[in-house]
Parts: sequence; structure tokens; C-alpha cells
Amino acid sequence: MIAEALSNSYVQLGLKMSVLLILLPATLVLGWVELKIGAHMQARLGPMYPGGFHGWAQTLADGIKFVLKENIIPKNVDKAVFSMVPYVTMLGAALSFVVIPAGRNLVIEDLEVGVFYVLAASSVGVIGILMAGWASANKYSLLGALRAAAQLIAYELPLVLAVAAVAMMAGSLSLIDIVESQKQIEIAGFYIPFLPFQIVGFFVFLTAATAELTRPPFDMPVAEAELITGAFTEYTGIRFAFSVFAAEYIAMIGLAALGATLFLGGYAPPHRALDFVPGIVWLIAKTVTILFLLIWVRWTYPRLREDQLQKFAWKFLIPLSLVNILATGALKLTPWI
Amino acid sequence: MSSLIPTTDRWLSEARLASDGTLRTEEMVLNIGPQHPATHGVLRVVVTLDGERIVEATPVVGYMHRGHEKLFEQRDFRQITNLCSRMDWLSGLNNEIPAALAVERLMGLEVPRRATYLRVIIAETNRILNHLMFTGSFGLELGATTPVMYAFREREMLQKAMEMATGGRLHFGFIRPGGLKEDVPRGWVDTTLKGIRQLQRAIPDYEELLVGNEIFKARTVGVGILDPDLALEYGVSGPLLRGSGIPYDVRKAEPYLNYDEFDFDIPVGPHGDSFDRYWVLIQEMRESAKIVEQALMGLPSGSHIGQVPKRLTIPKGAIWAKAENPLGELGYYIISDGEAKPYRMKARTPSFNNISVVPHMLRGAYVPDMVAILGSMFFVVGDIDR
Repeated sequence: MIAEALSNSYVQLGLKMSVLLILLPATLVLGWVELKIGAHMQARLGPMYPGGFHGWAQTLADGIKFVLKENIIPKNVDKAVFSMVPYVTMLGAALSFVVIPAGRNLVIEDLEVGVFYVLAASSVGVIGILMAGWASANKYSLLGALRAAAQLIAYELPLVLAVAAVAMMAGSLSLIDIVESQKQIEIAGFYIPFLPFQIVGFFVFLTAATAELTRPPFDMPVAEAELITGAFTEYTGIRFAFSVFAAEYIAMIGLAALGATLFLGGYAPPHRALDFVPGIVWLIAKTVTILFLLIWVRWTYPRLREDQLQKFAWKFLIPLSLVNILATGALKLTPWI
Repeated sequence: MSSLIPTTDRWLSEARLASDGTLRTEEMVLNIGPQHPATHGVLRVVVTLDGERIVEATPVVGYMHRGHEKLFEQRDFRQITNLCSRMDWLSGLNNEIPAALAVERLMGLEVPRRATYLRVIIAETNRILNHLMFTGSFGLELGATTPVMYAFREREMLQKAMEMATGGRLHFGFIRPGGLKEDVPRGWVDTTLKGIRQLQRAIPDYEELLVGNEIFKARTVGVGILDPDLALEYGVSGPLLRGSGIPYDVRKAEPYLNYDEFDFDIPVGPHGDSFDRYWVLIQEMRESAKIVEQALMGLPSGSHIGQVPKRLTIPKGAIWAKAENPLGELGYYIISDGEAKPYRMKARTPSFNNISVVPHMLRGAYVPDMVAILGSMFFVVGDIDR
């Protein structure tokens, strides 16, 4: 009876979609964690009151505030495009979770071209930013959107090249195959992920991911001090919450999970003896590690300039990742590995 | 579809090709301010943009004009020192000093040695408070949110010392013609010394956090170069001028109070870019800390105020008194007709002259550079508009 119901494709689709529902509460948790980590890095306490224990309900209260706020649509905006933006940015952020495996069989859809898909899906968010900048009829928004478009040229190539090296290591584009091949090398029972071989690739990936997420030091499209949240200047209330906060945090979790899968072994446990622990635990632990790195960088560095990012990407990151690909090829051809 | 998005349609039809086949581009006028985080308040800069490059920039001042100079004419000289601190709200005490100096010089009042020492200590503490604020907020403008928090941590210690002595945290109202409002309380010397020591330990941290940071250098080195000749033409003073390599400081050039008794240097930046101005600011904190230390060690005992008549009546005449405000040279020109109130009192505030070079500095810069340039010009809007 249950097996029959589960095999119904609509029920399956519903179950798969419900996985995406975890993302919104995860956003709230990540938002709170970022507030707290940032506060402690800056010798502050951060939120302490809402909810009691260390202000755990701060982001929840923020969320409720955003829902209750008036949703203003300025007079001169392109209304259809303007109101479509939150959906597009959210979609772009959430789509990448479709292929990230939380266990050998615990994945929404194991695509053969998983890596390719996830990179393509994560770039959809930029279209949302461009739409917001174009539709807002605001000069600051336009500048922010054009910066986001220019930024795309800078980070997308290094990101793809860094991931390409991993795909070469695994010999597959499927994320499950990539994780499984990270269980191949064992030293005294410890699974060795790709990180030690792809340390350069990991650095390039993290840098490009930060640029894709428009987080400091690459937050030029939303720079508060100059462009006042750039493309989203005119957004208020729930639209603002979804297109800025939720989309950013979901995309951040998505890219961190991708990084964890590609470089840290995803759902694979660190040691053979820990095989009994569900893979999702390891995936979450590794994702959180990368998230911490991203948060750490955010609270430390000032912002670059758009032309400096281009220079950095084209003169440093891309040659570096090309060399990395060359080295990976050499590594694959070495007989003793 | 075209009816769905009318604005897009209109924009497309307007983006015609020029006769030589290139896409027609337009300059865009962007209003930055009066409400904009880069302008520290209500300064407005009208910039003409070609893409992200600034073709022309015009500062528009006056959004915070409160008529200080007229208000001065309605108040007697004890009240005027209090009113002065409202002009540049970050360094209220430094604003009071030249006003008191002017009155003392006109009336020939004798200021006790202890009062002079205390004035120096408190003025320099106030200078450090001001500089900490600007070093912190400059990082914030470039996107680094952490330095400002560290700066506020050190500010708090010195703020406490100031509060102990004066009772105020922002507008101190501590200087009186002839001396000070009251003597400092017991324990104040230790609190101040503790704050200064904490600051001296923290300054290397600031330097590591920003000055040694590659991204910070990329954003500031060579950005917003102020030519020293241009600076002199416009009457620029303070850290902005010293960042351009001119070692002019009223404390050294024409010593007032007893600055000539202390050992301190004038830090000078060689290139005149944003980085140098920021560096000068940090070094000035070091020098101010040195002055405070020396003054605390040599603090004489005695009265905090000299012999001052109940009613301050200034003899007929005019006087110009100036001092080194944290942001530059601050001076007052007072004309007295022998009454209790001045006939006319003109304030020469540093921020007003300093921002007059904005059009020259912003020309040719990118929009993100504008933030770095305005942030390193260290102005207070209340000081511009008065």
C-alpha cells in the first residue's frame, strides 16, 4: 500500500518538492548564525533578546517584520518585471539543490550532467538582479544591475574551470559519481577527498563562489555605501526579504553544499568505521564548514572595485585554474595514483 | 509582449544607433545625497556619469544650515563657547577652544597653568575620538564592517574619561573664557591614562586590519590624489593637507595653549592619495596619545579658572583666533562693540574649505572611488553648513 503510493510519480514529485521547504528555515538559521559570528568577530554580542537564548528568534522576528511591511511598488516601475524578480532569484538559488546528493540514494534527481546543471542553475539568479535593475527605473538600481552583469563575466569562467578539474579527477559529471570516487582512495581506513589534490581549485572555487553570491569582498552590485543595495534599492517588505536575504542565503547554502560535494567528499564519512552514520550528517557538517569560511571572509575584507575584480579574475584566477587543470591532467596520467 | 513592458519598449526605441554606427551613449546625472551613506549626513553631490566614470561633480551644501553666526550675536561669551561645540559635533571641545582664546586675548585674561594643561589633554583626547570615528567609518565605506566596531571599543574608554571630566559625551561645554567649567574629578588621570594605553596597544591592530590589507591598498593607493598647490589655493587644511605632503599644523606653526612645550611630530603623507590621508589620521592618533601622556605626567596643581569678572564685557575691537581642529584649521573672527554680546562673529570652519576641492578630486574617478575619496576627506556636515 505504502510502496504503491510512493511509486506514484506525483507523490514522488511532492516529496521531492518538500525537500526544498527545508531551505526557508535554513535561511533563518544561517542568517542568525551569520549575525552571531559577525558580532563576535567584531567584539560585540549581536542579537540577545528575541526568543530568550542568545536572541535565537531574531531572524524569525525579522522575517515576520518583512511579511507585515507594506509592499510598495513605485509609480514608474515596470510592474510585471518588477514583481517577477523575487521568483527568479529564489528559483535560481533553489534549483541547485536538485542534484546535490545527501546519500548514495538520497538525491532529488541524479542527473548525468549534474555539475553542468548546477553551474547553469546557479547563474539564473543574475538574471533576477538584471531584471530588478532594469525594471526599477532607478539609476542606482541600473548601476547595480550592470555591475552584476559585468561580474558574471569575471567569476563564471574560473568557477567552471575549477569544477572542471574535479570532474577530471572523478571522470564523471554526476555528483554521486564524484562523491563515490572520493571514497576510492583510502589511507588506514580514512577516505581521502579531492581537497588535498585540488587545493588550488578549492581556493578558486571559493573565490568565484563569493563573487557569484555578491558577498564581500565582491559585493559591488549591492554595495550599501555607494549604491544602497544596488538593484534592490526600490524593493520593500516581503519582496525585499525574498530577493535579497532568502535568495542570498539559499544560494550560499547551495554553493557551499556543492563545494562540500566536490572537494570535501560530500556525504562520504571521513573514516570507514563511520559508514553507519547517515550521509546527510556529513554533508551538513561539511557544508557548514564552507559556510563558516564564507562568513569569515565577509566580516574581514573591504570591497574591491569592479574593474579590479575583472583584473583579478582574468589575470590571476583563470590562468591559475588553467594551470590547475594541467596539473590535474598530469596527476591523472601518473601511473602510481 | 511589448504592451506588457512599456518602459523597456520605450527605452529600446530611444537607444538608436548614431550616424557612425556605434551605439549612442548618454551621460547620466546622478544625485548623490542629501540622504546617502557616503556623504556622512546631508551633503549632496550632483555627479554626471559616463558609465561608472564621473565626468563632473558639484557639491551642494546648505542642507544643515542652522544660522550659527547669527545665533552667536544673540549670546554672551560664556554661552558662545557652548554653541560652538554644535558646529563640528565630533570634536566639540576643539571648537570651543579658539572661541575662548579670542575672548581671553581681547580681555587680557590670565589662564592658570593647570587649566591650560587640562585643555590640551581634553582637546587631544577629543581629537583621538574624532580620528577613531573617521578611521572606523572609512573602512565601513569601503565595505569592511569590522574596523568601525574596534574603533568604537577604544572610543568607549576615552569617552568615559571625557564624561568623567565634563559630564558630556558629545557636546562637552567644558571650556570657559579664563579656564574651565570645573576641575577634573579624582581618578580621572588614571582613567585617561588607561584609555590612552589601550589605544596605543590597539593602533597596530588597525594598521594590520586595513593599512596592510591588499584590497584596501587597491582601493585607496593612487585614488583621489590631491595636488598640494591646489590644496593651498582652496585653503585646505588638516589631515587632508598633510596627506598631500604639506606639514602645516597650527599647533606647530603658531602654537597656542602650551603646545610648544610638548614633543610631537606632524605626520605627512608623500603622495596625497586616499591611503596617505588615512595613514596620516592613524599616525596623528599616535602623536595625540603622546601629547596626552606628556601632559598627564606634567599636570600642575592649582586653580582650574583664573580671575574672571561676573559679566564678560569685551573691549571694543576685533580679533582673529585660530586653533587646529581635528579636521583642520578652525578660526573665529570676532568684532566687539563693547557689549556683552559680539557685534559679529565669523567662523572659518575646516570642512567647508576642505570639501571645496571635491569637484577636482572626483573628476575622472569611478563611482566606488567617490566613496573612497569622500570618506578620506574627513568632513562633518554640521561643520560645512554651520
